Amino acid sequence: MLLSLVLFALGVGLISLLLLLSQQLQEKFDKNLAGVDLVIGAKGSPLQLILCNMYHIDAPTGNVPISAARPFLNPNHPLIKTAVPVSVGDNYKGYRIVGTDYRILDLYEASIGEGALWEKTFEVTIGAGVAADLKLSVGDKFFSSHGFIMDDDLAHDDADPFVVTGILAPTGAVIDQLILTNTQSIWAVHDHEASDDADDEAHEHDHYAYGDVHTSLLEFPDQDITALLVQFKMRNFQTLNMQRSINENTDLQAATPAIEINRLYSMMGLGEDALRALALVIIFVSGLSVFISLYSSLKERKYELALMRVMGSSPGKIFLLIVLEGLLLALIGYIIGMVLSHGSMEILAGFMKSSYRYSFSGAVFLREELYLLAAALGIGFIAAVIPAIQARNADISATLAEA
Amino acid sequence: MLQTADLQFSYDNQPALQFPDIQCGKGEHWLLLGQSGSGKTTLLHLLGGLLTPQKGHVEVGGTALGTLSSASRDRFRGQHIGIIFQKAHFVKSLTVEENLMLAQKLAGMKISKERIVQLLEQLNVGHKLRAQPDRLSQGEQQRVAIARALVNQPDVILADEPTSALDDVNCTEVINLLERESNAVGATLLVVTHDGRLKERFGKQIKL
Repeated sequence: MLLSLVLFALGVGLISLLLLLSQQLQEKFDKNLAGVDLVIGAKGSPLQLILCNMYHIDAPTGNVPISAARPFLNPNHPLIKTAVPVSVGDNYKGYRIVGTDYRILDLYEASIGEGALWEKTFEVTIGAGVAADLKLSVGDKFFSSHGFIMDDDLAHDDADPFVVTGILAPTGAVIDQLILTNTQSIWAVHDHEASDDADDEAHEHDHYAYGDVHTSLLEFPDQDITALLVQFKMRNFQTLNMQRSINENTDLQAATPAIEINRLYSMMGLGEDALRALALVIIFVSGLSVFISLYSSLKERKYELALMRVMGSSPGKIFLLIVLEGLLLALIGYIIGMVLSHGSMEILAGFMKSSYRYSFSGAVFLREELYLLAAALGIGFIAAVIPAIQARNADISATLAEA
Repeated sequence: MLQTADLQFSYDNQPALQFPDIQCGKGEHWLLLGQSGSGKTTLLHLLGGLLTPQKGHVEVGGTALGTLSSASRDRFRGQHIGIIFQKAHFVKSLTVEENLMLAQKLAGMKISKERIVQLLEQLNVGHKLRAQPDRLSQGEQQRVAIARALVNQPDVILADEPTSALDDVNCTEVINLLERESNAVGATLLVVTHDGRLKERFGKQIKL
């Protein structure tokens, strides 16, 4: 009986966990599509380009010189509505520092919650998640570190510290987990690094030569960015052609987020299907085990059931009793399974947050879980119905006579 | 109160058992004697509505059992017939008190803890109210079984070999209790046995 319960809980828990994971993952990915039509960056895996620059999970495919990206930065481009530059490669305590401009806020529909947006080089505005996790507030200073994980050896402590000027209001999108600054800040940090050995006195504070937030990136053709997030004025065959011609005729790569994410879904879907099949097998086996344990327990309870008939219980009541037992088992198994899946989702959420910068939750309940309850009760009923019929039709006289 | 006519029953592929007609009046005490294999238990099951005869009919308190549906026969039995078996059996997971409450509940009667306590005390097992039936001695189990048969104040009490497993002292005591308690509720008592010790105790006897 205990074994059937454990199996049942395991099957239900696995299915519910899969539902929770895939639903929340899709929701996050969809939310972060942010209306971006095209991501332009260095050659490499298109999925990696998207994951790095939109979802901030993967590493960059490489850098793109401003000179190469020049046509897309032209505000008068006939097809492009906006092209938001993104420069990644540094972090503070694991949170990515993204060099960009104010228009990234429009993409994610983010707004300033506290303080102000960055105005100058080395000023940052941080996402709500970063502020909460690192307990940063307006006016705090920090040194960035090279790469995407915190490593003191790679700290840019020879450069000026970053100053927090503002904190964004929470959006639920990936921008909550980012530290935003202007593109020039990223360059300035690395200028120090490059000129360390050169002992170039002239570089002293020359990062201010990059100007302020209103200075166009086009004035610095030799500098690099990681990618451009492009929104088209409208999608048509010209935009398709543009994507193809970037991929065929330039050193750049252009990828469509929606397509790449769908590719990712279908790849994940394979694993998900396999796990789901496994969970279904577990549930089937647990149903079978409920059936077997009910069936074999009838033998030892045969006399009790006959006794209940003697005391006035009808055959229908005996049938109901056994069916209820099956349903009760299924219900308890379902509840344990739910506790398991939501508990482990909550634990997983902790891991996911630290490694992917995404917030998941175990406290979300899905409509599918109601269907799962119905299915669980259905299995409990089916497993119990044959033993119940057996008990209903038992020959009580023979049972009582032989005892 | 309890009467049969022309009762006949046969198990699969076996010669039919023919039973003598029985007429037991209200409050009377009867002994039904017979050797093993003479169909004593079969007759008791027919009288209690646990078996359906091939021929003839059984009437309890003016109700012909054959006219009742299976479910209403079960309920009728629960309310009007108390049955005591050779070996006392209980629902193992329930206490003595809960077993008796179950007997009231399943018969569709009102649950009365007062009645249960009073009955168990009369039978000298009042202190076992919350005990698990498995933990009781043979004699105590048989008393609780008697209490269960009496709890709904039945019209008829059927006892199947209630004394065959007991020594002389306990045998006398159980029969005394059965007589006393059936008198107390005004029930007709029919004891089915092959136990010769009881012959002296009952004036009214039927032989199979």
